[in-house]
Amino acid sequence: MAANPRLRFDDLSVGESREAVLVENLTRTQIVQYAGASGDFNPIHHDEPFAKAAGYPSVFAHGMLSMGLTGRLLTDWLGDGVLRSFGVRFVRQVWPGDTLTGRASVRSLEARAGEGLVGLELVTTNQKGEPVLTGEATATLPRRA
Amino acid sequence: MSDAYEFPVDRTAILGFAAALGETNRIYWDEAYARATPLGVVIGSPTFAAASAHWNPWAGLRGVRQIPAPPPRPKQRAESGGEGAPRGGGSLARLLHGEQRFEYHQPMRAGMRLTVTSQPGKSWEKEGKRGGKLRFTETITEYRDERGELVVTATSVGIITEKAVEG
Repeated sequence: MAANPRLRFDDLSVGESREAVLVENLTRTQIVQYAGASGDFNPIHHDEPFAKAAGYPSVFAHGMLSMGLTGRLLTDWLGDGVLRSFGVRFVRQVWPGDTLTGRASVRSLEARAGEGLVGLELVTTNQKGEPVLTGEATATLPRRA
Repeated sequence: MSDAYEFPVDRTAILGFAAALGETNRIYWDEAYARATPLGVVIGSPTFAAASAHWNPWAGLRGVRQIPAPPPRPKQRAESGGEGAPRGGGSLARLLHGEQRFEYHQPMRAGMRLTVTSQPGKSWEKEGKRGGKLRFTETITEYRDERGELVVTATSVGIITEKAVEG
């Protein structure tokens, strides 16, 4: 079931990709806001003295914040309620001040009766071009009548 | 299988979670907009299942939160505070989130009353280049609707490091 009436399976081709800036100059406020919304109060994400005592230069963002931001790229492109799976590896920390850019690329297209399964590869990078998250997602989209 | 806890899918919680991600999509708060889509109702964003931590009585990263209190249990729960907390003890400063995967069986709709259960998956160790010995533990969490049908399956891999890992 697609909530996005615009995009159809037939509109996509393998190799096609979408890129978007997911956050610019990430603030500690957003990290704290995410902590409150998600219920993840590990002090490493909001308590600077705690993070420094643990050997880190500052607090850093929840991996799940990066994943959530990356999810926005998927839903903005593919539509709402169409994802079948979404999996990521957190490969590098995200720090206050970071700017993240996500890219989703179509890796596979599998036509089925009335719909199609889209396989995507994901990478989110920081302002230095270093990947912070890699992953993959699948979605089902309706076909053109 | 762990003890179950409830997770009422609440529109205010969906809004707060989407807001923290900088979302602008109306599907996360606007009922009139949602009614005009095939979904029909406000739904959670793709990672919203994470917000069930608020309702998890055994969540390990709860800050000052005292409710819901963990019910008394006959035997000690495996060493520490439940999913999200390092199993086998260890400091929160040494806990990293390595991987996360969601499988979506149906949209998480506002108004659903979900039941959440977790079970440990695989666990393994690896010698890290920067963080010393790394201990990986997998947790598989199922979110089911009122009829027992799966809504989301979440697989999380936590890493306990020997020292700070910066990347």
